[in-house]
Amino acid sequence: MNERQIMTADEVRRAIARVAHEIGERNGGVQNVVLVGIYRRGIPLAKRIAAAIQQIEGSTVAIGALDITLYRDDLEIRGAATQIQHTNIPVDITGKIIVLVDDVLYTGRTIRAALDALTDLGRPDRIQLAVLVDRGHRELPIRADFVGKNVPTAASEDVAVRLNEVDGGDDAVMITRGAV
Amino acid sequence: MSDMPIVSPFVPWVPTPNRKRRHVLDLDDFSAAEIIDVLDAATSMKEVLGRSVPQVPILRGRTVVNVFYEESTRTRMSFELAARTLSASTMSMTAKGSSVEKGESLIDTIRTIQALGADIIVIRHGESGAPYLAAQHFKGSIINAGDGRHAHPSQALLDLFTIRERLGELKGLNVTIVGDILHSRVARSNIWGMLRCGMNVTLCAPSTLIGDVRMWQETFPTLKISYDLDAIIPDTDVLMGLRLQKERMQAGLLPALREYSTYFGISQARIDKLPDHAIVMHPGPMNEGVEIMPEAADSPRSVIEAQVTNGVAVRMALLYRLSGEATA
Repeated sequence: MNERQIMTADEVRRAIARVAHEIGERNGGVQNVVLVGIYRRGIPLAKRIAAAIQQIEGSTVAIGALDITLYRDDLEIRGAATQIQHTNIPVDITGKIIVLVDDVLYTGRTIRAALDALTDLGRPDRIQLAVLVDRGHRELPIRADFVGKNVPTAASEDVAVRLNEVDGGDDAVMITRGAV
Repeated sequence: MSDMPIVSPFVPWVPTPNRKRRHVLDLDDFSAAEIIDVLDAATSMKEVLGRSVPQVPILRGRTVVNVFYEESTRTRMSFELAARTLSASTMSMTAKGSSVEKGESLIDTIRTIQALGADIIVIRHGESGAPYLAAQHFKGSIINAGDGRHAHPSQALLDLFTIRERLGELKGLNVTIVGDILHSRVARSNIWGMLRCGMNVTLCAPSTLIGDVRMWQETFPTLKISYDLDAIIPDTDVLMGLRLQKERMQAGLLPALREYSTYFGISQARIDKLPDHAIVMHPGPMNEGVEIMPEAADSPRSVIEAQVTNGVAVRMALLYRLSGEATA
C-alpha cells in the first residue's frame, strides 16, 4: 500500500487559522455564529477553529457536536454496526449562522444527512460548511464555503486526516492508494 | 433458514462475540459488551426523544409489527412509539379480534405477517418459547416482548439502562429482586443480564414463589436466595419489586395477600432502611398496597416512571440494531 503526505501539521494549523479568518470576514464578525462539528474529526476541528477565532476576534464562539448516524441513507449497504454518538448542541440554533465543520468533503452524503439533522433541531438563518480537505467526487449538489485545501484525488484513493486529539501523534493528511 | 442457533429456551448458549444479531429472544445470548453497546445507543436515542420534534428518518420504509397474544399497555405503546420515532411504519395485531379467534396457528399468523412485508415482529405470547417458534418461520427479526414465564429481554435492558443512569457503573452493585419470582419473565431476563454485567443478584420471596431452588443454583452458581427481606435491605443498592401475578396464581401459593404484604411488600419503612443512594424499581403494572405501597411507589427513591420513559429509548436501540441488513 502506497501512502503520501499532502498536509503537514504546520499546514493543518495554517489552514485552520485561514478558515477562522474567513468565517469572521464572511459573516461580519462571529456574534451569531455557532460552529457544529460532525462526529468524529469535525468536533476537534470545530474546537480548534473556535480557539483561532478567539485569538483573532477576541470573542467566544459556541460549539456543538452532531452525530448523523440516524440520518444516513446507506443503512442497507453499510449495516447498523456503527456506534451512535451523542448529538449535543448547547444553544438554540434557530436564527443562528451555523458553520458545519468536517474533516473531508467527498460525496456530500454526510453533509446532506447533517443538513437534515440540523433542520430537525431548529431553523438556522444560514448554514455554511467548513472542511479541512475537499477531495472532489461529489454525488450531490453540495459545496463547501471554507476549504483548508483542495486535493484532486482518484476514487480509488483514500484521504486520511490524522488529528492529535483523535489519533494521537502529529497532525497530518495522507493519501492512500487503496487496492483496486 | 436461520443464521442463528435456535435452541430450546431452557438451554442457554454461550454468547459469541461479533456475531451479527438477528433476533432478541432473551438476554442469555448477550455478552456484557453487547449489553453495554445497547445501553450506549439508548443514551443517544434518549437525546432524540428529548427534542421538540422527536423523530429521525433512519428506519423509513421498514415495517415493525406488534403481535400481542397477551394484553399489555406499556410494552406495546413503548415499541410503537420507538418504531415511529425512528420513522418505521407500524402495525398492530392482538389475538382478540384477529384470525387467531378462528383458530389460525401461530406459524400461519407469522407467515401472513411476513407476506404483508414485515421486517421486525415484536411478539408477546402466553406460552414460554413461542417467539423462538416464530423465529424459525420468519425471514426478518423477532423481538420477544414477553413469553409466558420465560423472558422479557427489552424490560431487562431498560432496567439495566435505568440503573446505570442513576447509579453509574453496573459492576459490583447489589440487586434484590423481591416478589413473585416463580411466574416472572422480568426476573429471569434480568438475572441473565445483571449477572453478565457483574452485578450481585439476590432473589427474595416466600418459598412457594421462588421456584426450584436447585435449578436456580445449578444454572446460576453466584445467585443468592433469601427469604428475609429485612435482613438484606441494608446491603441493597437496587430494590426491584415484581407484580404479584394474581392471574397466574394457583390457589394455595399464598395464605393471604395481607401476610405477603407484611413480609415482602416494599413499604416506606423498608425504604428508610435502604442505603441513601439506593433506588426502587418495579416493571409495572403495580398492585399498589400488595407488593408495593403507594407512598413507596411515589417516593423520591422510586425510578418507576423513569423506567417507562427509558423503555422507549432502549427499544429504539434494539430496533436500530436489528435493522442493519437489507431485508428480503
